[in-house]
Amino acid sequence: MSSQFLLSLIVGIFVGGAAGYLGTLMLSKRMALVAGPLGHLTLPGIALALIYSFDISLGAFPFVILGIVFIWLFEIRTKLPMEALTAVVFASGVAVAFLFLPIGQAEAALVGDISKVNFWESAVSVALTVFVFLIITKIYPKMVLIIISEDLAKSQGVNVKKYNLVYLLLIAVIVALGVKIVGALLTAALAAIPACSARNLSRNMFQYAFGAITIGIISSALGIFTFELTGFPAGPLIILANAVIFLISIIFKR
Amino acid sequence: MQSDLILKVTDLDVELEGEKIINNLSFEVKRGDILTILGPNGAGKTVLLKTLLGLLPHGGEIKWKKNIKISYVPQRLPFIKDAPLSVKDFLKLKKSFDKEIKETLNSIGFKESLLEKKVGDLSSGQFQRILVAWSLIGNPQVLLFDEPTTGIDIEGEETVYRLLARLKRERELTILLVTHDLSVVYTFSNYVICLNKQPICYGFPQEVLTPENLQKLYGEEVKYYRHKH
Repeated sequence: MSSQFLLSLIVGIFVGGAAGYLGTLMLSKRMALVAGPLGHLTLPGIALALIYSFDISLGAFPFVILGIVFIWLFEIRTKLPMEALTAVVFASGVAVAFLFLPIGQAEAALVGDISKVNFWESAVSVALTVFVFLIITKIYPKMVLIIISEDLAKSQGVNVKKYNLVYLLLIAVIVALGVKIVGALLTAALAAIPACSARNLSRNMFQYAFGAITIGIISSALGIFTFELTGFPAGPLIILANAVIFLISIIFKR
Repeated sequence: MQSDLILKVTDLDVELEGEKIINNLSFEVKRGDILTILGPNGAGKTVLLKTLLGLLPHGGEIKWKKNIKISYVPQRLPFIKDAPLSVKDFLKLKKSFDKEIKETLNSIGFKESLLEKKVGDLSSGQFQRILVAWSLIGNPQVLLFDEPTTGIDIEGEETVYRLLARLKRERELTILLVTHDLSVVYTFSNYVICLNKQPICYGFPQEVLTPENLQKLYGEEVKYYRHKH
């Protein structure tokens, strides 16, 4: 086992687990797909990172933040549904990126490339996911209350705006980390599919969250192992592993 | 403020997005009262509860007794089935310990085995009683209920009101209740506010629910529906 492979595996497992965890909140909040448009919107940033060869997540991050600000502003300014707004945002991101994305490197941008991740990138990614993980755990009960009813949460003294902002920032970090592994096109699935599978299998909050984390970790590991064996890109393999687990979860649905 | 006065509302005005929802409403609630807020759909009943909780901007004055503990249950929780949530998970969201959850559950006549059940699998009557349990956690002195029997059958409805009446006696609760059901007012409450944007009546149900007042209260709703079709 090469050390490069080990680094890829570690980053994949951490990001996969944290994305699955956050995905449980996104699914309950009916925002499972919001990571999709945000992922697409990172494409210009990824293109810049590839051209000037710096870290993909670093390039992606400002664009995710931009996307979140846009979506948030649009929602306040117009009465259009969130979903329609994300469509506007994400198509724009893709369009801009393809004006200057070096076509030879398009694959890495679209479906990710974890095979060249270096030690420092890995260390930062792992540290960030641990941080994200801790924050999710801290805000989880309050977020569930907000999802059930904002009025109920407010009557309990929960600062709904603050929690929603923290939650959106967590999505931003996860998307920025996710694009490095599975690419701009597939990031949404990294968060959404483990949550869907876990929901099929769980009867309470703990099983749901723990299930999604586990499924996120297993799919990432499976995908990266298969990549090592077959040479197919790891990103799509991770998502396919997720999809297979989802299909199995339907059989055992509770 | 008098010692048994829990809430005093003076000249309350609520305006949302340029529309006057509540106009010039004044009333008082004393300890142990059950006040029903009666009115047709769209009369501003839910808005009134939310305003009393401090969730909406308003004119006039709302004065709660100092350090009073209030518990609120909204009319519907449509998204509660979106997360896999056991009864225990749900009750725990209200900052409480296992012991209190079990005691509360027993006091509303449920066995502890219900804790592991998924909220989505409860019958509507069971769910409504779980909401009552939720409201009781933390030992509030005042309960604010928005249509506590929405979507449950008549038998279940009776159970919920009988339960609330018993809990009120046992725990010396003060209850503010929104409903559009006239029978609830007579059997359950000792004060009533009739509200259709303007306050129409306020006082003892037997005295103020005159045919004229009810005509004023619900007459507009009839007109509204005719207008719609």
